[in-house]
Amino acid sequence: MTLLESESPIDRGDPNTAALAVQDLRLVYLVRGKPREVLRGVTFQVRPGEAFGLVGESGCGKSTTAYAALRYMPDNGRITGGRVLVNGADVTKMSNNELRKFRATQASMVYQDPVQAMNPSLKIGEQVAECFTILGHGKNESEDRALQALTRVHIAAPASVMDRYPHQLSGGMLQRVVIAMGLAKDPKLLVLDEPTTGLDATVEAEVLDLVRELRDQTNAAVLLIAHNLGVIRTMCDRVGVMYAGKMVEEATSDELFEQPKHPYTIGLMHAIPRHGLRKTDRALSTIPGNMPSIGTELPTCVYVDRCPIATETCRTEVPPLVALNDGRWTRCHHSDDVDAIVEPDAVAEEHEISDERIIELNGVSKTFRQAGHDVPALVSVDLGFAEGETLGLVGESGSGKSTLAKTMLGVHGPDTPGTITLDGKPMKSMATERRDEAIRAIQMVFQNPDSALNRSWTVRKILHRTVTRLTTISGEEAHNRVSEIAEAMRLSEHHLDMRPRQLSGGLKQRVAIARAFAGDPRVVVCDEPTSALDVSVQAAILNLLASLQRDERTSYLFITHDIGVVRYLADRIAVMYVGRIMEKGLTEDVFNGPVHPYTEALLSAVPAVDGVAHDRIPLEGDIPSPADPPPGCVFHTRCKYHIPGTCDTEVPPTVTVSHRHEITCHLPIDQLPTPVTISV
Amino acid sequence: MARLIARRLLLSIFTLFILLIAVFALTRVFPSDIARQLAGPFAPQERVDRLNDELGLLDPLPEQFWRLLKDVFTFGSGDSFSQPGVSVRELIGPALWNSAKLVGLSMLIFLPLSIVGGILAARRKDSRLDRGIVSFGLASASIPDFVSGVLLQFFIGVQLGWLPATSSSVPDDAGFFTSLRFILLPALAIVLVYFGYIARITRAGAIGVFEADYTRTAYMKGLKPIEVIRKHVLRNALQPTVAVTGTQMGYLFGGLVGLETVFNYPGLGGLIFKAAKAPDLPLLQAGVLTVAVIFMLATLAADLLIAWMNPRARTATEA
Repeated sequence: MTLLESESPIDRGDPNTAALAVQDLRLVYLVRGKPREVLRGVTFQVRPGEAFGLVGESGCGKSTTAYAALRYMPDNGRITGGRVLVNGADVTKMSNNELRKFRATQASMVYQDPVQAMNPSLKIGEQVAECFTILGHGKNESEDRALQALTRVHIAAPASVMDRYPHQLSGGMLQRVVIAMGLAKDPKLLVLDEPTTGLDATVEAEVLDLVRELRDQTNAAVLLIAHNLGVIRTMCDRVGVMYAGKMVEEATSDELFEQPKHPYTIGLMHAIPRHGLRKTDRALSTIPGNMPSIGTELPTCVYVDRCPIATETCRTEVPPLVALNDGRWTRCHHSDDVDAIVEPDAVAEEHEISDERIIELNGVSKTFRQAGHDVPALVSVDLGFAEGETLGLVGESGSGKSTLAKTMLGVHGPDTPGTITLDGKPMKSMATERRDEAIRAIQMVFQNPDSALNRSWTVRKILHRTVTRLTTISGEEAHNRVSEIAEAMRLSEHHLDMRPRQLSGGLKQRVAIARAFAGDPRVVVCDEPTSALDVSVQAAILNLLASLQRDERTSYLFITHDIGVVRYLADRIAVMYVGRIMEKGLTEDVFNGPVHPYTEALLSAVPAVDGVAHDRIPLEGDIPSPADPPPGCVFHTRCKYHIPGTCDTEVPPTVTVSHRHEITCHLPIDQLPTPVTISV
Repeated sequence: MARLIARRLLLSIFTLFILLIAVFALTRVFPSDIARQLAGPFAPQERVDRLNDELGLLDPLPEQFWRLLKDVFTFGSGDSFSQPGVSVRELIGPALWNSAKLVGLSMLIFLPLSIVGGILAARRKDSRLDRGIVSFGLASASIPDFVSGVLLQFFIGVQLGWLPATSSSVPDDAGFFTSLRFILLPALAIVLVYFGYIARITRAGAIGVFEADYTRTAYMKGLKPIEVIRKHVLRNALQPTVAVTGTQMGYLFGGLVGLETVFNYPGLGGLIFKAAKAPDLPLLQAGVLTVAVIFMLATLAADLLIAWMNPRARTATEA
């Protein structure tokens, strides 16, 4: 049976009663006057009170779809077909006036990056009150209602927040304000576009809780876009997978994550490190090739060029929409054969990590002077790196992770008498005073390759400069070395002659990694190198880092918020809080417990791809300022096990729980918590 | 805010003092026999010597500097060299008022025009309207004010006879607004130069704001486009416009020598030019300092306005 695109293969009820019904939505962007197809017939429904997630790699059209639900598109965007019904009203046919009224009362949006989403020069109160003055309410009434709206999102001291400017609030608080504006008029539909990207895991958990709570209160439908699949899993009832402007699979969240049926969904699921996967088990699956760019002529099956089980049929016949059991469907010829897709082989070669340290930090502290006050950003940190070892560094923003990295790199000089030694010999504290060999030994890969690479240079020039600067190689030899590095990073000669802006995010990050590896470093500091990347690209970068480590025996200091990634890649984990290391230990020990109470809370806050965390430990309040650390144990103000009289007065001892597993806590070992379990 | 103003004023006074020393030093670079130039080439040497003595040019330098300071603190009560018996203040005062009228009138025209033009161009970026505004601005700004002044004078003043072709023939009984008619042509010449400049600054500022996420938020709230511009765009987009306008005051008050000459209009620029030619040292010093004070006050006003518009700038300067 051939179905029309506007018909869903499953029955989701009358579209006129849906909170959002998108039917065969087609949308183009005009590029130099020519239409380029972005959405090629998207159909789905979100019922009132339901949370629907859209996933897919960058460029798949998920954001365009979300914004189209409120008919917001770039100046060159045109809807060429289909309907978008919100409570039965067709958004695509509204006049400008009707559309404004619709946005003011029926549907609203929460955006990525709340700092940018708020007007920097108007007070919070004015901006929230505006949602009510639009409806014709008077100034005083609007302000009263704005205060109520802020109270509803549990913001601390809402009355004083009204009187402040956006730059005076933290990102988490601002996102609450944006949500307060979004929910101001009890909309029927709330669209969330990457609402927690850039927020700390603990703040992210709070924001997601808030959205869930308010959805239950108002019965609003939620459409959620997030590239973090953990957020999708924990938030959404149903999920649609998009590829090249089409939806390829739709299912309930649990089914989609546990039994994906479309080869693309399976590719995405295999690309994320989950179910406790470690780099010693196997490489991550990657999805070869790239998504077709917008406007290109598509083959019969949109995914055929990257599909591991594609057959001749896939190239000649448009795949059917296959209704599966219990209201899920997929767009594939071979939905019964997807078990044939195999995961990569196990990693053959495993290496031992010796106890010998190549770089060692002993009692390293860093105190900044700020407006006449001492701000201890690092307090007596001891850390060592064995050859070929990955140390994962986790902790909330403001815990001192970046300061630690910068101190190692010699950007900040540590306080005396702390020392950093390389092969047992003390290094100069500032990079400018270090010998070339010491500079070469520690290199860095940044989170955002856009700002880390010189945009006016070609990749070849960037790498050549690094080679000649960091090593004694020059001339013809240096050029050979550049080609060699590029090959190791799987960059082609063609890429070498391009400039960073011509490359995709993943390729740019490869260049950044190539740059860091150009001088044969001993330790590479990786600061969230994959957090801005699609999961399929992330998998390729993580594989690359793991294989470089196997071949070159390089050590990594890997800073990340992603617990799945750190579990996959790290041999050991260190947990930081207010400039102190609270716990360090082998990865499996940390994940099996016992752990520090802070580690327990941190691990439970992260939205998991594998299901819902049971008994999540909420981490309330903000991380204390390092300028004014709490007395005793710095964590006692947020610790649920806090022993009055001890934790708030005495600095806790560091106890060895098991081999190389150290926890700085007053609790007796047998009372230390174990990490929460995550299950479907 | 009060602390910010106080600090900026103190800093301005310090800067003015430095400028005073610089101006004093500069005027000493003139050929030493200023009296010879003032008295003319055929005056007897005896008279020149006497004049030199009378003007105090033979006094020790510290004494001459002290006299300059005294003049500053009494707001130009000292005599000018070129018109003995007439104080510097009596010469500067009317010229300053004339310049203020001309600058004020031209700003009243070019600021709203360029802001509207810049915002329209930014909102319809790369449209025909945008290209039109930008290229007109570029063309008109590239013609010097005294050249466009001559053209306006010839076509509108002489050929069409719509407006007075010179600005000096104001009847004595003319009221304030009638007298403005006489400076409308030179004001238009200034508008032509500044429209393109200020409109382009506004456009550049507004493009970023139109693309900003918070502007999207405003549209998504259901605000009308005009409300989005009024409440969310202007305040953020106009900060560079305000800053640039402030820094242009020095030129507008002291630099319009050519334009003032074309229209025979006794403004501050022409006065300073004449003082430099004479050379009339007290008048020259007073003129330069007046322009400097106007420049400082204008930039201070602009900075305060920006601080009012932008809370981040406010806290940054207060910290």
